[in-house]
Parts: sequence; structure tokens; C-alpha cells
Amino acid sequence: MSGAASLMEVALFAVLALVAIVAALVVITHRHPVYSALCLVITMLSIAFLFLLLRSEFLWVMQITVYAGAVMVLFLFVIMLLDLRREERPWRFPENRLQVGVGTLLALALVAELIVMAVAVRLPGGAGGGISPEVVAAQGHTQLLGRLLYTEYVFPFEVTSVILLVAIVGAMVLAKKRVE
Amino acid sequence: MAVGLPAYLVLAAILFVIGVAGVVTRRNILIIFMSVELMMNAVNLTFVAFSSFLRALDGQVFVFFILVVAAAEVVVGLAIIYAIFRHRETVDVTDMNLMKG
Repeated sequence: MSGAASLMEVALFAVLALVAIVAALVVITHRHPVYSALCLVITMLSIAFLFLLLRSEFLWVMQITVYAGAVMVLFLFVIMLLDLRREERPWRFPENRLQVGVGTLLALALVAELIVMAVAVRLPGGAGGGISPEVVAAQGHTQLLGRLLYTEYVFPFEVTSVILLVAIVGAMVLAKKRVE
Repeated sequence: MAVGLPAYLVLAAILFVIGVAGVVTRRNILIIFMSVELMMNAVNLTFVAFSSFLRALDGQVFVFFILVVAAAEVVVGLAIIYAIFRHRETVDVTDMNLMKG
């Protein structure tokens, strides 16, 4: 890969990562659920474009349509259905210094552990699974993924249809008004 | 690829911990649910990163299944939240103490 292209990739990664982290922080700190939901959409879109940076176009599209699209529309729909403007106990920063200190310390310890693991990870050398970016570019990501899904993973694929059916039935039973 | 695997894993770790913090600190059940989605997205990112750097597509098939399960989970979870709201008129988890009596 040429120098300019790799520099571009690093720059894109940095911007997307920054946007994802800032939007994620807004999700957990904003008082209004609608703004949290919209910032979660931004985080999911950033992650979608990171998928594209990792050369997986199909999951890029899936992430946008399923997560940023369907799931978040459902969230916004429920937020607006419940009319959550009247928040009885608005969230505010906890005043107990000890709680905040211990909580922050634990969170930083967890993230430090994960970072140490991430830096220490060593991949086996060689061609790995053999699906190099060149192979993906030549055959198409969707085609490769589809072939794997309908041959090796056909049983889990069938099971997911049952899961979706159960989810549909469960949602209808839960949301139905009880007729006395 | 110019950006290495550790960069993606570190980003996923940070997003995951932000999600954990959201679940632990917030009281609004919808925000808690969104934080769970955020954690799931972070895990998806690690799956795709490993799959891409190991040059095998199996990890991405798993992300596909996680997407399906997440969609089902959101549908059922939001239906439960809606049912609780109709019953108790609240989305505050501190008020959801039915099991405690």
C-alpha cells in the first residue's frame, strides 16, 4: 500500500474512533433519552465505517440498516411512545466523592486491563485463513460471506429464524393489552 | 492495513467500558438498554477486527448472528419496558422493585 493511502487510513481511523468515543460518552451522560439515542446512532455509524476500513462491506451495510436503522428507530419510537420528557428524578453527577473515585478507578482498571491484553495479542504468522484483502476484493465480500453462511453455518442460520419468530411472538404477547 | 489490530482492540475496549459505566450509573432503563447495545457493538468491532487480521471470515459470520440476536433482544426488551411502563408509569429502575416486595 502506498504511503498516502496508509496515511489516509490512519487519519480516517483516528477521526472515526474519536467520534465514536465522544458520541458514546454523550450517550451515557445526556439527560434526555432522545439525544442519547441520536448519539448512539452516531457511534454505530462510526463503527459501521470502521467495518468498511476493515474491508467488510456487507457488515457495513448490515450495521447501518439493522443497528443504526431498525434498532434505533425502535428505540426512538418507544422513547416517544412513553413520552419521557417528565423525568421524575433527573440524573446528576453523584455527590459522594468516594463512590465517584472508586467507580472511576475500577473503570480505568478495566480499560487498562483490556488495553494490556490488546497490545499483548500476537497473531499467528502466515496466510491465516487465506482470505486476504486481495481475495475479498476479487470475489466480493458478500459472496464470500454468503457462501460461508449457507454451507458451514447453515444450521445456526436456520436457528436464527426460530429466534426471530420467538421474538415476534414474545413482543406481541408482552405488548398486548390484557382483555379481562 | 496501516492501522494495526491493537488500535481496533483498544477502541473496542474503551467503548465497552463506556457501555459498562452507562449500565452501572444510569437509572433510566432505556439508557441502560442503549449502553448494552453499545457494549455489543464494541464486541462486534473486536470480532470483525480479529476476523479481518486473521484473514478468515468466520468471525464476521458471528457478527451477523449477533446482529440477529441483538434485533430480537431489542424487540423483546422494549416490549418488556413498555409493559412495565404501562403497569408502573416509570422507566426508573429504582422504582422497579416488584420482586423485592
